[in-house]
Amino acid sequence: MSDIVASTGADRSRWRPPSMIENPVYRGGLAVLAIAYVVWSLAALDIDWQRVGSGFPRAMDMFVRMVPPDFNRWELLIRGVLESVQMALAASFFGMILAVPIGLCAAVNLVPKPVYLVARFIVVLSRTFHEIIIAILFVKIFGFGPLAGVLTLIVASTSFISKMLAEDIENMPPGQLEAIRATGASFPKLLVYCISPQALPRYLGVSIYRLDANIRHSTVVGIVGAGGIGQVLAASFSRYDYDFSLAILLTIISLVFLGEFFSNWVRSRLR
Amino acid sequence: MLEVTDLVKVYPTGTRALNGVSLTVDEPKVIAIIGPSGAGKSTLIRCINRLVEPTSGKILLDGVDIASLGRRELRKFRRRLGMIFQEYNLVERLTVMENVLSGRLGYVSFWQAYRRRYPPDDIRMAFQLLDRVGLSGYENTRADALSGGQRQRVGIARALMQQPDLLLVDEPTASLDPKTSRQIMRLLVELAHERGTPALVNIHDVGLAQSFTDRVVGLADGRIVFDGPVDRVTAQVLTDIYGEEDWSTTIREVEDEEEEREEAGVSRSKPPAREKKDEVTLGVAEGE
Amino acid sequence: MTVEEHARRYPEVWRRFSPRETLTRYVWYVSIVFVAVWSVSNLDISWFYFLDAHLQLADLAIRMWPPDVAFTALLLAPLVETIHIATLGTAVTVVIAFPIAFLAARNTTFNAATWFIGRFILVASRSVNTVVWGLLFVAIFGPGPVAGIWAIAFRSIGFMGKLVAEAIEEIDRGAVEAIEATGASRLQVLWIGILPQVLPVIYGTTVYRWDINIRESTVLGFVGAGGIGILLYSSINQFQWREVAVILVAVFGVVVVSELISATVRQRIT
Repeated sequence: MSDIVASTGADRSRWRPPSMIENPVYRGGLAVLAIAYVVWSLAALDIDWQRVGSGFPRAMDMFVRMVPPDFNRWELLIRGVLESVQMALAASFFGMILAVPIGLCAAVNLVPKPVYLVARFIVVLSRTFHEIIIAILFVKIFGFGPLAGVLTLIVASTSFISKMLAEDIENMPPGQLEAIRATGASFPKLLVYCISPQALPRYLGVSIYRLDANIRHSTVVGIVGAGGIGQVLAASFSRYDYDFSLAILLTIISLVFLGEFFSNWVRSRLR
Repeated sequence: MLEVTDLVKVYPTGTRALNGVSLTVDEPKVIAIIGPSGAGKSTLIRCINRLVEPTSGKILLDGVDIASLGRRELRKFRRRLGMIFQEYNLVERLTVMENVLSGRLGYVSFWQAYRRRYPPDDIRMAFQLLDRVGLSGYENTRADALSGGQRQRVGIARALMQQPDLLLVDEPTASLDPKTSRQIMRLLVELAHERGTPALVNIHDVGLAQSFTDRVVGLADGRIVFDGPVDRVTAQVLTDIYGEEDWSTTIREVEDEEEEREEAGVSRSKPPAREKKDEVTLGVAEGE
Repeated sequence: MTVEEHARRYPEVWRRFSPRETLTRYVWYVSIVFVAVWSVSNLDISWFYFLDAHLQLADLAIRMWPPDVAFTALLLAPLVETIHIATLGTAVTVVIAFPIAFLAARNTTFNAATWFIGRFILVASRSVNTVVWGLLFVAIFGPGPVAGIWAIAFRSIGFMGKLVAEAIEEIDRGAVEAIEATGASRLQVLWIGILPQVLPVIYGTTVYRWDINIRESTVLGFVGAGGIGILLYSSINQFQWREVAVILVAVFGVVVVSELISATVRQRIT
């Protein structure tokens, strides 16, 4: 209170904007900590500064070798792109289907607690590991090729779509479920009569989004040998075939762009 | 018909919502359950169709104890109990017709429900009910495009589609404006009377309860403190239920209510259903 | 009311969808299934791999058990490196993404050309996966965490830039006009009228992207760009499955903890 009274005094000519962190000690401490972290981490990292220093001329050299992009081996390119797209489509399809039971089981307001916990654990486990880790494990089990890639993308799609579906169902107003239950409907009828109409539009939207994400991810699982355009890209890099690499990268960028455009178009039409 | 004995509900949090409630419904009348918030009105209604599991006590409907039914029998039994909700609880993205027909879900097979192919009798009944609640022509409108009053009419039609032996009505007017509230209450009471279906109505508007219902049950702290015909509700009774307050204005409202009823041409006695019908529907349509 | 009138008024038939709508729906179903079948059949998948998949899986599980606990000691340094790569990469991202977001937002860009350049950078950045950026930067800076940091940054620029640009496009025009009306310079308008409005979005997306980057930096080692991935890759290639098990558990722990931290921080700033 006394501060406010004092501040009405006539001779106030100094003002500083209030800071997000009130305490100046904390504010200063945080800045010092941030700088200390950068210094420490850079020191801790095993960096070969000489090698990094030569990076700029190397980048220039690489750039020169990249331009112009080499589209001469377009057949290889098309085959890789097609394989990636097919992987993405197949994975989205199976992901969509598998996500329904898992998503329903991961909604806390529908199923008994133990079922919920198991389903949630599956979702968390498959979300935590990066696609490439999953891909390399599948490559070890199923050998090189698109099968490992498709399975990887199926795992990733399923966990993503089912997580979204479960959240959507959990956010449903409880009254509708209650009302349909009160008519004497069984659980399957509740599903087709209340949950499916309410959750369907978003589920479709998420699935379409996932198709577009799968196109992006399908370009990369090939790096560990799981098929698709990524495998072609990794090969070209290892042969220092940089002009072909650039051609592949440009193709990937336009493919992703198209995929995103398609997914936005479809989602804007879903209501 | 309905006989509730010593019903107790203790929530996991330790709240004693119902503390030995006994209630008998033996004639087709509309019974208002009044009482302050937290008195256990909603819990009582939800215990009867076991959307809330009672802790102990008996709920006999025509001699069968609902409280001890297994899951399968419970579902069958719920068909006989129509429920109407405060927030309407329609499935928002479905059409009015689908919502009304959902009242038959307990009777049709899964595939019929999945493909929305109901027996012709059900569909005819649905059209008749829509007409009766004043929504003919709305069958293909989506529920989220309706006003509050219209939604509650759909909710009423859905409950009646079950051809219930008992209506459970939970605060039907709490989300509506005063005029719509009166129209909805009038519709509800008329329908209950013309079909001879008893109804338990939770309501916190004492004025509405007094003007539309036949019998009043007062609930306070999970116990029944009053149970009697509507004209025996006095200032002293309301004080017993709600606590000390000046009740003179609330009681007087009943008189105004009567006059208005006379004007509207609706008498309290049970109207013969067929003749009255069109007239009442018109009245409803005007109000909306 | 005659019987006919009654029948017309209360029909016994009601269809949710018209025959045409039903047909359209079935055409959609069939074409989706067709696309899926076409994709799978063209993929050149050796189905006989499936025959012994469960055996392979069981074999893998047996070989992973028991996890090589002694290996944990060797794990700590690469794990810390992974976190450093993600954190420093995110820091670099914030510095670069912010100006590009201004170029890519319609209401703050200079002209159509700069807007297009901004958008193109964002799209290109997002289209190329972190690991592909890793390949590129390993070729430039040589194997090691520096390549990883740049890979993380180049992928994240598109993500952060897009979200911040969208936030800039949605800011309150009135406040900006009011600042412009005082005769403020372009930079002052940016600093006083726009930045404060998008600051929460910047904080939020930074923290969010940081936790995604932790997950991404666990695999950068596969292409030689530093972090725990190097260890994981070599253990897998040497079939040291008991080591792999330990690494997977560690990765799981780090990713889950970073996700929790990020969720808590985001909850507190919004």
